[in-house]
Amino acid sequence: MASPPSSADDDGETRRDFLALTACAMGGVGACVTAWPLIQSMNPAADTLALSTTEVDLSALKEGQSMNAVWQGKPVFIRYRTQKEIDEARAAPMSDLKDPQSDEDRVKQSAFSGKEMPQYLIMVGICTHLGCIPLGQKPTDPHGNYDGWFCPCHGSQYDSSGRIRKGPAPKNLPIPPYVFTDATHITIGKTAEKTTS
Amino acid sequence: MAAGKRVPFKNPVVNWIDERLPVFTMMQKEYGSFPTPKNFNYLWNFGAIASFMLVTMIATGVFLAMYYTPEKNHAFNSVERIMRDVNWGWLIRYIHMNGASMFFIAVYVHIFRGLYYGSYKKPRELLWMIGVVILLLMMATAFMGYVLPWGQMSFWGATVITNLFSAIPLVGDKIVTWLWGGFAVDNPTLNRFYALHYLLPFVIFGVVFLHIAALHVPGSNNPLGIDVKSSKDTVPFHPYYTAKDGFGLVVFLIFYTLIVFYAPNALGDPDNYIPANPMATPEHIVPEWYFLPFYAILRSFTIDIHIPFTSIVFISSKLGGVILMFGAVFLLFVLPWLDWSPVRSATFRPWFRRFFWVFLISCVTLGWVGSQKPEGVPVIIGQIATAFYFIFFLVILPLLPLFEKTLPLPKSIAEAVLKKSQGA
Repeated sequence: MASPPSSADDDGETRRDFLALTACAMGGVGACVTAWPLIQSMNPAADTLALSTTEVDLSALKEGQSMNAVWQGKPVFIRYRTQKEIDEARAAPMSDLKDPQSDEDRVKQSAFSGKEMPQYLIMVGICTHLGCIPLGQKPTDPHGNYDGWFCPCHGSQYDSSGRIRKGPAPKNLPIPPYVFTDATHITIGKTAEKTTS
Repeated sequence: MAAGKRVPFKNPVVNWIDERLPVFTMMQKEYGSFPTPKNFNYLWNFGAIASFMLVTMIATGVFLAMYYTPEKNHAFNSVERIMRDVNWGWLIRYIHMNGASMFFIAVYVHIFRGLYYGSYKKPRELLWMIGVVILLLMMATAFMGYVLPWGQMSFWGATVITNLFSAIPLVGDKIVTWLWGGFAVDNPTLNRFYALHYLLPFVIFGVVFLHIAALHVPGSNNPLGIDVKSSKDTVPFHPYYTAKDGFGLVVFLIFYTLIVFYAPNALGDPDNYIPANPMATPEHIVPEWYFLPFYAILRSFTIDIHIPFTSIVFISSKLGGVILMFGAVFLLFVLPWLDWSPVRSATFRPWFRRFFWVFLISCVTLGWVGSQKPEGVPVIIGQIATAFYFIFFLVILPLLPLFEKTLPLPKSIAEAVLKKSQGA
């Protein structure tokens, strides 16, 4: 057996193989750890996150009207719904819905000191298909077949509760976290925990 | 690179440098005496034309970068300032803006030429795959460049394309937030797109170098698709193909300059001269022409696939479209293994040739479909063309060699060339 000096294990693995493997493994871990801050730096920065709440005054909004707010750079649709719209939304059978969710569930944050205000429908106005802004905020806009919103890009139709009814969008218009700070003021981006009950 | 014996140069300065850094020897070997098949047609010009376009884009881009401001409130105006106030700014921008289209024209011709003459087949599989990497990098670079003027199409194109990633199950939304650096396409997105738009062309340059290095191992394919057998089959690259490439380039440049000077906005969308408005979507979002076929494939998937007997959506139409679109490019990667016919050139493959033309027509059709509103007849046509795209790669190419009777191959390039010139 003419083995080179200082190798000489029975299984043929040498001390040098082991050192090479562990050194490579450490190098790999080091590379990942170094990459992490770089990758993470592309996530929203602190000041971007700080813009995450928006306060809106709803006192000027009358029944049957809509308004837009901007939250985190995204449009937020705020609608003071008519009784007819609420009834339509609540009458829709769950089996007709692509992304089943009850209207009650979608407006449960619309409440102040125990009083429910289902007339206020507040949702992010971005089509869940590919991010266009649906039409339907103005009375003259197309509202689709369900008295709601219509996306001009690929023809998705949302009902009077902002739920997807027809077209390629997979989900309902998302409801942001918001809280009524009094009967006509809301803060979007904040959850209700601190103020209610 | 050029190890071994070095032939001295007459010019003493050149020789002095070459002894220490043999770049002149390398150039002489790879572009001077490099043996090249003697039967190239003009389709073989487009590799050189594409290289020229890459250099043009980098050169004009550097000067545009001296005046462009990547900030959402200033980006649009800084581009308009380049157009109106900067000396020759309008020319540099129009060369750059239309250069992207010219680059894609050259590359698409180059790709279809490779497809027709079987340039992806052994031993050039890796060469072809590196080329697909270049195509992907070009797409990313062009997309991000289009966002920079911060017009309506810039903004909404960026929104739609980045939203594609939200189709990825579970982590999709997190990825999109990460891409944006915020909760919508906004200033952080513009900034990073600018940084990457400046970086990626140099990455492309590096990969092009690899593409050419890989090309120079087996040497170029040729219209007959048969291997070079002796020095009778080849001519030195210089002066034969430097001259032919030069001529082709001039013709191409005439076309390019006609567009730059007489129809600089013909290939763009007028909506991009409206400043970006995050609160209003344009009525009809269309990508630039070179993305239209892929956009049509994206939109051709219109049904949700459910897990059987439940209402749980397994693949939504959105995810399905995204999978199809990326799949369309991925198929190019594996093309060398999908088509296993030993005969390269379509000249000797009568059925492959017919299907090739149908495939080309289906790609052009997809381009048209992508430019139309996604309703009515274009949707159906788009679905048929998409189906053919995939059938071509996944069914026709793998099965064709079983049935196709190929024509007899000539003994050598030299023999075929001589026969042709005698016949004429």
